[in-house]
Amino acid sequence: MEMNRRDLFRIGGKLLVLASAGATLEQIMGSEPAPEAYKMADHWWGMIVDIDKCIGCGSCVRACSNENQVPNGYFRTWVERYEVPEGYVNPIVTSPEGAINGFPLPKPTNFKAFFVPKLCNHCADSPCTQVCPVGATFVSPDGVVLVDKEYCLGCRYCVQACPYGCRYLHPETETVDKCTLCYHRITKGLTTACCENCPTQARQLVDFKNPKDPVHEFLRTHKVSVLKPQMATEAKVYYNNLDGAVR
Amino acid sequence: MRSTFRDAAHLLRPAALLLIGLAVFLVVRAAVIPKGFGKYGHYRAPFLETARSKPIHYAGQDACVACHDEEAKMRAAGKHAKVACEACHGPQAQHADDPTSLKPKLPDVATLCARCHEKDPAKPRTFPQVVTAEHNAGAACNDCHKPHNPHLD
Ligand code: HEC
Ligand code: HEC
Ligand code: HEC
Ligand code: HEC
Repeated sequence: MEMNRRDLFRIGGKLLVLASAGATLEQIMGSEPAPEAYKMADHWWGMIVDIDKCIGCGSCVRACSNENQVPNGYFRTWVERYEVPEGYVNPIVTSPEGAINGFPLPKPTNFKAFFVPKLCNHCADSPCTQVCPVGATFVSPDGVVLVDKEYCLGCRYCVQACPYGCRYLHPETETVDKCTLCYHRITKGLTTACCENCPTQARQLVDFKNPKDPVHEFLRTHKVSVLKPQMATEAKVYYNNLDGAVR
Repeated sequence: MRSTFRDAAHLLRPAALLLIGLAVFLVVRAAVIPKGFGKYGHYRAPFLETARSKPIHYAGQDACVACHDEEAKMRAAGKHAKVACEACHGPQAQHADDPTSLKPKLPDVATLCARCHEKDPAKPRTFPQVVTAEHNAGAACNDCHKPHNPHLD
């Protein structure tokens, strides 16, 4: 038998095919069956925030903090008050303690004013998940950006990569923490803690894969925007009547 | 035959080395990659289950309404109809699970109402607002308004 370079490639190729077939088999056989009725493939979660309804009471911030044991001084969601002078020069943006206790009486101005609740935008194509060196943060099959805190190194790349400032390093676990869109609630048929406690329904959890979800009608009949559309993150938190001053 | 192998020796040795390398790679890979990694994507699939299993703190108003008929009826008749019970009463999932284990502390009216109703030009104009310092002259809000149905004639 003559053995040349071509034979070697052929054998190598066959070995590769065998190895990948083995890996595929492992994936098929090794996967445990779906344990419950909730099917990730049937959902694609997001949120609508209606600026015209927000009263800046901070109920969402308190609810989030209580539901998720967010450490003091850190926020997974917060509310900003914008005061925008004519000409859009230097808008005043305040958010005392993330508005966890609402807002104090404002100093009188004749500026245009409104509240903007903020949270993770659960982007479908997010820079935060792309920079993770170990695969500890990811977009789940149902469209929620999560952090695997047992696998996170705490390197903070994602904290810097998020264009919306929605991530922080948990002071005790020293791993990155963020809004989970109340994954433990929405997968059980409940709404998020912030949406549950919003007194004016300014924020609403939506499921884009549910054809009966009011979100489809809402997006068809309202002029909405996402934050920083120029970043092309495919954000899934839509703001109704978002002012151009909001960053 | 013998001469064939002698001529191919310079190919067999690197091939053997490659195979050993591949075997070592596969063993190390199997050892360091956590269980379930890569099932849905570049992450540990079992973490989804961990994230789902966290405890719930807000039971949701459907739960409260099931037991507290009177308050529910009162609230439904007034402008607080869409204000969730727990937006005022705080997280009560433990109470809803077992009412006797935890009796909820009643909300502090001194700060509760003002958080939502203090006048602020940033609020939607149609939202009922008062300057608390002028409106109630020091009296507690619930001296006049009933929290579950605040309407006065
Ligand atoms: C399983 C039935 C049940 C559910 C569900 C329930 N409660 Fe109660 N609740 C009770 C009972 C019974 C008491 C009286 C407890 C006592 O007096 O010790 C009570 C007492 C209270 C009190 C205190 C009343 C007082 O006089 O101090 C508040 C406030 C309250 N509930 C709010 C809620 C809220 C908010 C929810 C929804 C998360 C809720 N409850 C869900 C049965 C229930
Ligand atoms: C706008 C805020 C608000 C909302 C919404 C609200 N409560 Fe209350 N609730 C209060 C306040 C304030 C008190 C204390 C009244 C007092 O001290 O006189 C109270 C008292 C109670 C009590 C004690 C009995 C009483 O009447 O004093 C119960 C029980 C109760 N609430 C249940 C509920 C349930 C159930 C819901 C939802 C259907 C609900 N509350 C929604 C503010 C609220
Ligand atoms: C979590 C926010 C929230 C809290 C806390 C709250 N309210 Fe309200 N309140 C609302 C909303 C929302 C409405 C409905 C506004 C509307 O219809 O546009 C409302 C309406 C009212 C109205 C108007 C009723 C009418 O018939 O016109 C009064 C009065 C009122 N609240 C008093 C109170 C008092 C008193 C308290 C404290 C016990 C209180 N509110 C606590 C959110 C809140
Ligand atoms: C001395 C009794 C009294 C007290 C105390 C009181 N209110 Fe009122 N409140 C009234 C009356 C009277 C009205 C007018 C009723 C109406 O217009 O329907 C009113 C109206 C309101 C309205 C509706 C305003 C609007 O534009 O529709 C709000 C909101 C309100 N009160 C909140 C509060 C809050 C918050 C407190 C506690 C800081 C409070 N009230 C304490 C008597 C009182």
